[in-house]
Amino acid sequence: MADLAMTGTKSEIITRLKKEILHLNGFKKALNNVNNVGLPVPVKNAFPEGQFPLGAIHEFLIEGLEEAAATAGFVAGILASLMRNSGATIWISTCRNIFPPALSSFGILPERIIFIDLKKEKEILWAIEEGLKCNAVAAVVGELHELSFTASRRLQLAVEQSRVTGFILRRIKGNINTTACVSRWKITSSPSVLEDEMPGVGFPRWNVELLKVRNGKPGKWELEFANGRFRNIPKIAAIIHQPAKKTG
Amino acid sequence: MQKRFITIWFRYLKTDWHCRRQPELAGTPFILASPHHGRIVITSANANAQTQGIDIGMALADARAILPTLQVKDDKPELAPKLLKGIAEWCIRFTPSVSIDMPDSLVLDITGCTHLWGSEKQYLAAIYKRLNYFGYHVKAAIADTIGTSWAIAHFGSDKMIIESDHQTPALFPLPPAALRLEAATVERLEKLGLRRIGAFINMPKTALRRRFGTDLLQRLDQALGKEEEFVQSLQTIEDYHERLPCLEPIVTAKGIEIALQRLLEELCNRLKCEAKGLRFASFKGYRMDGKIERIEIGTNRPSNNTIHLFKLFEIKIDSIEPAPGIELFTLEASKVEDVIPTQEKLWDDAAGLDDIGLSELLDRIGGKIGANQIHRYVPDEHYWPERSFKPATSINEKTAIQWKVNKPRPLQLLATPVVIEVTAPIPDYPPMLFRYRGKIHKILKADGPERIEQEWWLQEGKHRDYYSVEDEQGNRYWLFRSGHYDADKTYQWFLHGFFA
Repeated sequence: MADLAMTGTKSEIITRLKKEILHLNGFKKALNNVNNVGLPVPVKNAFPEGQFPLGAIHEFLIEGLEEAAATAGFVAGILASLMRNSGATIWISTCRNIFPPALSSFGILPERIIFIDLKKEKEILWAIEEGLKCNAVAAVVGELHELSFTASRRLQLAVEQSRVTGFILRRIKGNINTTACVSRWKITSSPSVLEDEMPGVGFPRWNVELLKVRNGKPGKWELEFANGRFRNIPKIAAIIHQPAKKTG
Repeated sequence: MQKRFITIWFRYLKTDWHCRRQPELAGTPFILASPHHGRIVITSANANAQTQGIDIGMALADARAILPTLQVKDDKPELAPKLLKGIAEWCIRFTPSVSIDMPDSLVLDITGCTHLWGSEKQYLAAIYKRLNYFGYHVKAAIADTIGTSWAIAHFGSDKMIIESDHQTPALFPLPPAALRLEAATVERLEKLGLRRIGAFINMPKTALRRRFGTDLLQRLDQALGKEEEFVQSLQTIEDYHERLPCLEPIVTAKGIEIALQRLLEELCNRLKCEAKGLRFASFKGYRMDGKIERIEIGTNRPSNNTIHLFKLFEIKIDSIEPAPGIELFTLEASKVEDVIPTQEKLWDDAAGLDDIGLSELLDRIGGKIGANQIHRYVPDEHYWPERSFKPATSINEKTAIQWKVNKPRPLQLLATPVVIEVTAPIPDYPPMLFRYRGKIHKILKADGPERIEQEWWLQEGKHRDYYSVEDEQGNRYWLFRSGHYDADKTYQWFLHGFFA
C-alpha cells in the first residue's frame, strides 16, 4: 500500500484508492468483461464505474400485481443477457403467477428457468441462499415479503464467493427496512407509445426508479424494452438530485 | 460352494406373540380359536395347553370341558403372515436372503454367512438366543437342502446341524410328513405301514411314482439335494448393495455419519469403476429392537460423487432414531444408470442445464423440500393459454417445438381468471373501461380481439376473445370475453393476466 501511494499524482491515487474501496465493498470487476446487461448508458452511469453490479443482490419493491408484472418484465430483460451463454436461472416463490411462455418474448428460453415453489418464507430464504452459493446458475430470482438485514447480509456473503447475481422481488407495503442489498429499485408501468400515433398497445415501458445504490447515484428513468434491448426515453429522464445514501 | 440352509420353525408363533404382549398369559393354558363351519375350533395352543391335552383342531367346547380355566382369544387370520414378515425382515441381520414358508416357518439361505459368527453351532445358538429373548419358542435346523432342514426343524429331536451330504441318514428315522407332503399322500403311506422315511427311501422310483405320484419323488429329491429348490426371497438383493455390521450398537448422529460415509465410499468406488451413477438410493439402519430406520434420496442425473450424495443424505440423518442402537447399516442403489461423460470445457462458464453443479443443487433442494416443488416447463402444442406449456419430465428433456412469440402473452397470468365488470361497445370493439377490485380502469389503448377456441376434445365450454389493453397509468392487462354476445347475456368478462 505504501509504495502505491508514492507513485502517481494525487488524483490518480484517489481513483486507485476508490477502486480498492469498491473492491472491499464487494464490487468485483467482471472477469471476462461481459458485464453488459443491456441497460442504456444513463442507467449504467448510476453505478460505480458505470457497471451494473453482477455477483450482488438487487432488491425490487413491488406493490400490487401490476407492479409485479412490470418488475418481472424489467428483471426478465436483464436475465436475458445474463443467460445468453446457455445459463440457467432459478426462480423461487410462494405465489407464482409467472406465465413461462411469455418469457420467450424477452429473449429468454423459458425451459432454462427452474421454478421452485415453496410455502414458507424461511424455506425460500434457505433455497435462495443455496442457489446463490452455486456458481452453476446464472442468476437467482426470489419472491419474498420480508427480508431482514441479517438475512440480506447472508445472501450478500453467498454471492461474494460464487459471483451469482440475485434478484429479490419484495411484495411489501409500508415501512421498508434497511438491507445489505447493493441496490433498491422500483419499477412501475408507464404508458406505451407506438410510432406515428398508431392505435394499439406498444412495447413495454417502465418508470425505473433506482431508489438506493451503494456507491452510486440513485436516479429515475423511463425505459422501453423493444426488440430484445432496453432503450432510454430521454425526454422525461431526470436525475434526482439527492446525496447518495448508503444502503448497507 | 455348497449351499446351506436353515429352517426356523415357530412352534407357537401366534400364542407366543400374545404372551409377549400380555406376559401374564405365559404360565396359563392359552389358546386361539376361530369359527369354522358353525363351531368354534382351536387354531393354535400354547405349550402349557398342549401338555394338558388340548390340541389344534379340537372344538372349543370340548377343550373347555377338559380344562375349565382355559384362556381363549380370537384368532385373526392376517396375524401370522404379518408376524412372519416382521421376523423375516429382522432376520436380515443373519443373511441377506430370507424367505417365508407359510404358515409358521422361515427359510434362510445362509451360504457363506455362518463363519461370521464363528461356526454353524454358534450361528444357530445366536438365532436361538435372540428369538428366545423375544419370547418365541423356536426349533431350527441347518442342512444342505431346504427339504432336509425343514424336516429336521419340524421333526428332528437331537441333532439340529446336518453336515454336508449327510441328508439320507438324517432323514431315515423321520416320519413321512417331514417331507412336506400332502395329507392324502401321508395317509396312504401310513396305511401301507411306511411310518419312517427310511422304509421307502430306497424303494424303486417307478414303484413310488405309480403309487404315490410324482409329488413324493420330487420332495424326496429336493430333500436329498438331487433337485434344486428355489425360494422367493423376501427382499430382492440389489446389485449395488453395501453392508456394514457394527461391533457395538451405534446411537450417535456422528456414528451414523461415519457409517454412511464408509458405505458411500465403497459404493461410489464400485460405481466409478463401472462408469455408472446412482439415481435412487436408500440407507437403512437395523435397530437392536428389530425396527428398521430408513432414509432415501433421489438425484436428477446419475451421480457417483461421494461428497454430493453424502450431503443429500445428511439433510435427512436427523430423522433416524437409533433408540437402543443400530447394529447393521446397509446402503443400496436401487436405480443405477450409466454416467454420461461430460465434455471438458474450454472456459469456465455456467453450462446451463447440463451443469452437474446445477443438478446437484436441485438434488439438495429437492431432498429438503420435496422434488415435486421443482418445475421446469417446455412448450406444448396447445393454443389454450393454460395448456400452452407443460412440466418437463427430466432435467435433460429438450423442447420438441419452439416457444411461440408471435402473439402477445402476459408475463403474469392468474391461475383462475377473475370476473370483472366491463363497458364495451358491441360487436367486437375492445372495452372502454373495466372495474377490477373496486377500481375503475379507463382504457386508452387496446389490441384485439384474439379468439382462442376451446379444444373440444379436451374440454367443453365457450371460446375466449382476448384483448390486450392499457389504462391511464400505463398498466397493461389481458382481458377476455367468454362466449358470444347474445340477448340472454350469457357471456362474461374476465381479467386473465398482466403484461410487463
